[in-house]
Amino acid sequence: MQQILFNGLVLSASYAVIALGITLIFSIMNILNFAHGQMFMVGGFAAYYVYGRFHLPFVVGLIVATIGVGAIGVLFEILFFRRVRRAANREENSILLAVGTALLLENLALFAFGEKERGVPDVVDGVLRVGSAYLPAGRILILAVSVALIAALLLFVQGTKIGRAMRAVAQDREVTLLMGVDIDRISAIGFGIGAGLAGLAGALLVTLSGVSAGMGTTITTKAFVMIMIGGAGVVAGSLLGAVVLGFAEAIGYALLPGSVTYLMIFLALIVFLIVRPQGIMGKPWG
Amino acid sequence: MSSSVPVKPRRGVILGGALIASAVMLTVSTVAFADDILKIGVLGVMSGPDAAWGLVSKYSAEATAAMYNEQGGVEIGGKKYKIEIDSVDDQADPKLAVTGAQRLILQDGIKYMIGPNVDSTIASAQPIAEKYDVMMFSYSFTRSLFSPPHLNTVLGIIPGYQTGPVVFKYLQDHEGLKSVAFVVLNTAEALKQRDESVAAAGKLGLEVISSTDTYEEGATDFFPVMSKVVGGNPGLIVLSGVSPADAPKLIKAARQLDYKGLLEAETAQDINILDQVAGDAAEGFISLGGASTPEIQSDYMTSFIDHYKKIAGEWNDEAGTKAYALEMILKTLQKAGPAAIADTELFKKTIPDFSAPNPFIKGDQELRYVGEAYFQQKRQIGLPMVINTVAGGAFKTLFVGTVQ
Repeated sequence: MQQILFNGLVLSASYAVIALGITLIFSIMNILNFAHGQMFMVGGFAAYYVYGRFHLPFVVGLIVATIGVGAIGVLFEILFFRRVRRAANREENSILLAVGTALLLENLALFAFGEKERGVPDVVDGVLRVGSAYLPAGRILILAVSVALIAALLLFVQGTKIGRAMRAVAQDREVTLLMGVDIDRISAIGFGIGAGLAGLAGALLVTLSGVSAGMGTTITTKAFVMIMIGGAGVVAGSLLGAVVLGFAEAIGYALLPGSVTYLMIFLALIVFLIVRPQGIMGKPWG
Repeated sequence: MSSSVPVKPRRGVILGGALIASAVMLTVSTVAFADDILKIGVLGVMSGPDAAWGLVSKYSAEATAAMYNEQGGVEIGGKKYKIEIDSVDDQADPKLAVTGAQRLILQDGIKYMIGPNVDSTIASAQPIAEKYDVMMFSYSFTRSLFSPPHLNTVLGIIPGYQTGPVVFKYLQDHEGLKSVAFVVLNTAEALKQRDESVAAAGKLGLEVISSTDTYEEGATDFFPVMSKVVGGNPGLIVLSGVSPADAPKLIKAARQLDYKGLLEAETAQDINILDQVAGDAAEGFISLGGASTPEIQSDYMTSFIDHYKKIAGEWNDEAGTKAYALEMILKTLQKAGPAAIADTELFKKTIPDFSAPNPFIKGDQELRYVGEAYFQQKRQIGLPMVINTVAGGAFKTLFVGTVQ
C-alpha cells in the first residue's frame, strides 16, 4: 500500500506539471493546444542535450527548456494563432492550426534529433526505504520540484499583475479588453508561459521517462484526460484531474491486470463526462 | 563537269559512318550496362512513436545498397545492377500501407520489398503483393502471415516464441532458473508473443508467477506496473514485445524496486539507450542481438556498421538483425538468376535449397531459409540467434543459437 501511495504521488505530481500548461492556454485563449505533448518533447530534448550531452547542471537544462519552448509558444501565438483568430470566426480553425503545429514540431524533431529514444542519468542516486516502499531519490526530487513549480505558478497567477490580467481574460475576454488590458500581449505571454510549462515538464521528467520524437501524442492525450476530469480552463481543476489520474493508474496497476487498468479509467471517464460534462470544477457550458 | 564519283571517298564515308555508329552503340550499351537499376522497396513505419522500426529497415537497406554500389552494383548473371532503395512511410496505418504498397508496386515497379513492420500493415499490404507477385521481407510475429497460402512473405527476424524456449533452457541449465514473470506492451502483437512464451515456459517446467501484467503504449512511468511484478519475486522477468525505448525504463524500475533476479527481452535492444537510461541497472540484462558484438562480427559487418552510421548519423543495434533482409534478397537473386529480377516465381523456387555464407559473422556459418516447423514452409531468414547480455555498458555475446 505504501508503494502504491508513493507511486500515485509521483504520477500525480508529474501529470500536474504536464496539465498546468495546457490549462493555462485554454483558459486564456480558449484553444486546446494539441502541440502540448510535442512542446513537452522539445523540452525533454533540450534537457537531454544540456544535461546529458554537454554535462551542464540539470537546472540549466530546466531553464533552457522553459525559455526555449516558451519562446516557441510566443512565436506560435503571434505568427499563427493570432492571425487565425482574427481571420476566422470558427473555433475549429484554431483546433486545426494546433494540430498542424503539433505535426510540425514532431516532424522537425524527427528530422533534427532522429528516431532513437534518448535518456539521461538520474540527477540524484540512491533509493530510500520507507516501510515496504522503495523511494528512489530521483523520483523524490521530481515530486518536490513539481510541487514547488505548482505552488510558484499558483502564486504567480494569484499575486502578480500579469497573473491577474490572465485570470481576467480567462473570465471575460471582452470586458477585460474594455478595461484597457492589452489582450494580444496577455495572450502571447499566456501562451508562452503555457508552452514554457510544457517544456519545463518535459525537461523535469526526462530523467524518468526519457525522450523521443514520437512521444508527444500520448502526453497530449493524457493532458486532455486530466483537464476533462478536472474541468477545462480551471487550474485547480487540472491539478485535481492529475491527482485522480495518477492515483487511478497507481491503484489500477496494483490491483487489476494491466490491460484492464486503462480500460477502466476510460470507461469511468466516459460515465463521468455523461454525468458531469464540464468536469469536477469546470463551469457548465452556456 | 565530271560525272564520275570517286570510290575512295564513298568507302571512306561508309567506313567513317560505321565507326561512328559503332562508337555510339558502344557508348549506349556501356551507359545501359552501368545504369541497370535494381529497385528495392522499403515500406514501414518511419514517423511517430514507432519510427525507429521502419527507419532502421530503411537505413539498413540503404547501407547494404551503398556497399554494393561502391563495387559497381550487385552482380546477377554476369551483369551488374546498381541498387536503388525506394521507401514509403506507412505510419503503422493499414490504409497507408495499402497505398504505399500500391505506389511501390504499381507506380515504381517494385518486385522485392522490405517491410512492413507490424501485423496490421503486413496483412493489409499482403494481398497487393500477392496479386502482383511481389516478395515481401517483413517484420512481425504472427505465424499465419508467413504460412500457406501466403507464399510471398518472408519473416526477417526471430520472434519471441522462437527465442523464448532457447533462452529459458539456457538459463535453466546455467542459472538454475525456476520461475518466470512476464511484462508486456498492451498490443495484440506483443500479447500473442507473450502467450507463446508463457506456453514455452510451461513446457519446460518453469513456474509462471504472473503473465497478465501489461502497460499501455506511450507509458512513461513503469513503477506502478513493475511494483506488482517484482512483488512476486520471479527468477526471471521477461519483457515481451518491448521496444528499445521502454526496456531501459522497465529495467531501471525493477532494479530501483530492489529486484535481484534476471531480466530478459525477446526483442532486439539498443545498448546506447540502455546505457543512457538504465545505466548500471542494465548490467546482466539479456536480449536478442544482431551480429554487432565485436567478438563475432566480421569485417563485412564492420563495414556495414560504418555505412549505416554515415547514412543514419549513428548506429542502432536493431540494425544488427535488419542487416540481413536486403543481403538475403540479393544473394537469392544471384542464385536464381537475372530472370528472377522480374519473375518472383524463380526466386521462390530457389528458396528451399538456398545456402550462402553468412557475411556478417566470423566463421563458417551458412545463411538459409528456415521456418518449416513454424510456418509449414521455409519463409524465414535463418538468422543466427545471437543472445546478448550487457556487461560493463556494452553488449557481450552470451551464446549463439539457431531457430531450428
